[in-house]
Amino acid sequence: MTTFDLNGRTVSIHSADDTPLLWVIRDELSLTGTKFGCGIGLCGACTVHVEGRATRSCITAVGAVAGAKVTTIEGLNPEGRHPVQVAWTELQVPQCGYCQSGQIMQAVTLLKDFPNPTDQDINAVMAGSLCRCMTYIRIRKAIKLAAARMRGGIAQ
Amino acid sequence: MIRNIAIAILAVALLGMAGLLLSSRRPVIGPIGRPVPERFSAGSIAQGETLAAAGHCASCHTRPGGQPFAGGYGVNTPFGIIYGTNITSDPKTGIGTWSLEAFVRAMREGVARDGSHLFPAFPYYAYTKLSDDDVKALYAYLMTRPAATAAVPANTLPFPFKIRALQEGWKILFFTDGRFHANPSKSDEWNRGAYLAEALSDCAACHTPRNSLGAEKTGYAYAGTVIDGWIAPALNETNPSPVPWTQEELFTYLRTGGSPLHGATGATMTPVIREGLALPVVPDSDVRAIAVYFSDIDHAGARAHNTEAATREALTSSSLGSGQEYDPDAELYAAACIACHYNSGTVPLPARPELALNSALTLPEPTNFIQDVLNGVSNTDGAPGLVMPAYASSLTDGDIARLAAYLRRTRTKSPPWSGVEKKVSAIRQQSAASH
Repeated sequence: MTTFDLNGRTVSIHSADDTPLLWVIRDELSLTGTKFGCGIGLCGACTVHVEGRATRSCITAVGAVAGAKVTTIEGLNPEGRHPVQVAWTELQVPQCGYCQSGQIMQAVTLLKDFPNPTDQDINAVMAGSLCRCMTYIRIRKAIKLAAARMRGGIAQ
Repeated sequence: MIRNIAIAILAVALLGMAGLLLSSRRPVIGPIGRPVPERFSAGSIAQGETLAAAGHCASCHTRPGGQPFAGGYGVNTPFGIIYGTNITSDPKTGIGTWSLEAFVRAMREGVARDGSHLFPAFPYYAYTKLSDDDVKALYAYLMTRPAATAAVPANTLPFPFKIRALQEGWKILFFTDGRFHANPSKSDEWNRGAYLAEALSDCAACHTPRNSLGAEKTGYAYAGTVIDGWIAPALNETNPSPVPWTQEELFTYLRTGGSPLHGATGATMTPVIREGLALPVVPDSDVRAIAVYFSDIDHAGARAHNTEAATREALTSSSLGSGQEYDPDAELYAAACIACHYNSGTVPLPARPELALNSALTLPEPTNFIQDVLNGVSNTDGAPGLVMPAYASSLTDGDIARLAAYLRRTRTKSPPWSGVEKKVSAIRQQSAASH
């Protein structure tokens, strides 16, 4: 029985310890904003935050996050208005939308570590987040827009 | 004629062995009634609590998920599995009938209350160096823990290793009873660190290689060794990390379980840090003392001036894999790893474990790297607040071998590892067998 903090709530999990966190989130906890893309940690669609750090939930066992704070896309901002999400909407970043919650979660960690990211920083930190619709150009623009606003002190 | 001489020699040898076996049993120390807790002073118990924590007694004397000190943890030795005993105050299955005299003899000489020899998986050869006061305090602490009635599985030592009487021979060869002697030319802090490391925490148990009879190899103190499928790195000047383990680095690592310039703890070191040396029981001063001691042993002071330059140089490789790549190994790294492991600038961010500085990549074998990639690092392991996913189900042995070779080649100046794919396969099988 694994217990952890999910989006600010304590949850106790019935699934076995070695169940991937992704399935616990989607099936047991019914939060379907986090997506299954490849199941092997190489596409980024399943990205959530563990202790505020972007983590691939499809290859992270739920037992590994016992006692940790886990945040999904649903819990990123109560009104869905994190500066990254706002920039995403303004620049109409998503096409099909499937990879986008993973992209957003990864971008939030990127901006925490690199508040004024260079193109190289973005290339590296977003390298594992794939977009089949190739909306990468808008992803990059939105990251830079959100970064500028967050540096300028726009409230989150 | 030759036959008679041979028989005579054999007879003498057998008699000698019989004599050894008969004389090796030490006297029984009579049982006592379980001591009442009120007999022990609060100060002594508190002192014992700190010592038991720093000495991480619980890590060998507690089965996973079991009651503290109730035994049942299997120590993997080359001779078989030896189970830590129940050292709670239970009279039947624990040490509740042990007088202080019996406890002292076990700690100092490796002899149980019934006179039988203890195996040196229990490091009495280190505890013999403890002060009388400290041994008394440990007795006070252990005797006031809740009793647990718990039998411990039998050791799996084959003949002849399971014959305890033969330990008499081991002791003659390898054991010297005796207290810790402070080094007058070193500071008090150094000596406190030396005392903790040598007499109590017994860092050498995992970090010093052993000979074929299981004794520490003289002349190789802290040269590192393999333990439980992981490498316990060298703690002396042969440690291959690109940045030296200064006192500050050691303190940060031992206090938190990770250091940005070296990496994070894993395997059996984690309970030593997270449960043993942790606050509030073991104070900063003791952890700092251990750091002072080992930063002297590894001569970090002589190399500390290099730290900034070595760090900066290491970071120049951090972006490799982030751009247009024609090397498929770099592409695999970019797909699986770089998002979390990338750093820019001149110092790594603490939340971004920098692989060019990570101990796992400069060790003589890829063991620790393979273990971390296969198993990931959970929330209760490694540096606090950093979880790494497990790639066992997503990367093949070949993939992991390619990553290992790529990182070794691009992030270190060390010579290539050999036979990596086979090693990944072997470690996978080991993990599967133990689950």
